[in-house]
Amino acid sequence: MTVTLANLLAILAMAAATYATRVSGLFIADRIPKSGRARAALDALPAAVLTAVIAPTAVATGPAETIAAGITVLAAFRLPLLATVVVGVVAVVVLRLLLGS
Amino acid sequence: MSVSNGVSAPAAEWRAGIMAIMPAAIAVVPFGLLLGAAAASKGLSPLEVGLMGGLVFAGSSQFVAVDLWTHPAPWLALGFAALLINLRHVLMSASISSKFGSFAPWQKTLAVFVLADEIWAVAERRALSQPLTPAFYFATGVFLYVNWLVWTVLGTVLGAAMGDPKAMGFDFAFTAIFIGLVVGFWQGRRTGFVIAASAIVAAIVEKAVEGPWYVLAGALAGIAVAAIMAPAEKAA
Repeated sequence: MTVTLANLLAILAMAAATYATRVSGLFIADRIPKSGRARAALDALPAAVLTAVIAPTAVATGPAETIAAGITVLAAFRLPLLATVVVGVVAVVVLRLLLGS
Repeated sequence: MSVSNGVSAPAAEWRAGIMAIMPAAIAVVPFGLLLGAAAASKGLSPLEVGLMGGLVFAGSSQFVAVDLWTHPAPWLALGFAALLINLRHVLMSASISSKFGSFAPWQKTLAVFVLADEIWAVAERRALSQPLTPAFYFATGVFLYVNWLVWTVLGTVLGAAMGDPKAMGFDFAFTAIFIGLVVGFWQGRRTGFVIAASAIVAAIVEKAVEGPWYVLAGALAGIAVAAIMAPAEKAA
């Protein structure tokens, strides 16, 4: 149960960098327009960011992941989130076994 | 410092928040254990891992940091890596802050401290159907925060005795959660074009450019499509 000075310094640097990214949005938000193209862009942001985070895994890893992602999308339109996750995880395990990846 | 101070915090909002974040909280368990085990193998103590989780609270940047960790710790490189990986939070925070209408200033300042991907996504999803309350938001935040600390520190204590999460398909759990959340943002054909642009650009950039730039590139492509497709006369 020890903390070295160098490790503490690194953790504080990471914490400062991370908080800086998270708090900065509060200050730019006041300048965000209420309508028009910039507003449409901002409204699309959640779906665009989430998609970008998962796209490499979902569409560019291998056939098992891509097919499982497709099955997950179908499940997501019909099932609650937790059930969707179970369907996706089971699908990827089965497909990896079947496809040998 | 109770978050219920000054703002009504109905128990129902807390319960709804905990239920909304539950799938993500379950899904991070194997990753928390794995991160702790990896940190232990790099010589980090349970207290240091707890401090990192408690002060940084950003899973993907913690994984990258542990991967890069040497002794003495290269604090500048680790801080810069965290900045790059978490740049997407600038966009997320700008977006969610417009839903913080019922938050006091100190609540906003504290809220963004726990603005991890999962919490942000759940909060944005909530704001689509009803006003985002501090009670709902902090329920998701506190629950995922404590959950993350418990499992990462436990992973450090248990060490490398755990297996590969990929064998059980756990690595796909986050992809599945995020797919579920993206579908929740579906608002017709226009959303489809946004998602397609974001996915294609992110997948290409991830292959072509080292580092986490694909997230920013994909997100920018998606919102660019949304801006282009926006009706010019849209005024409401």
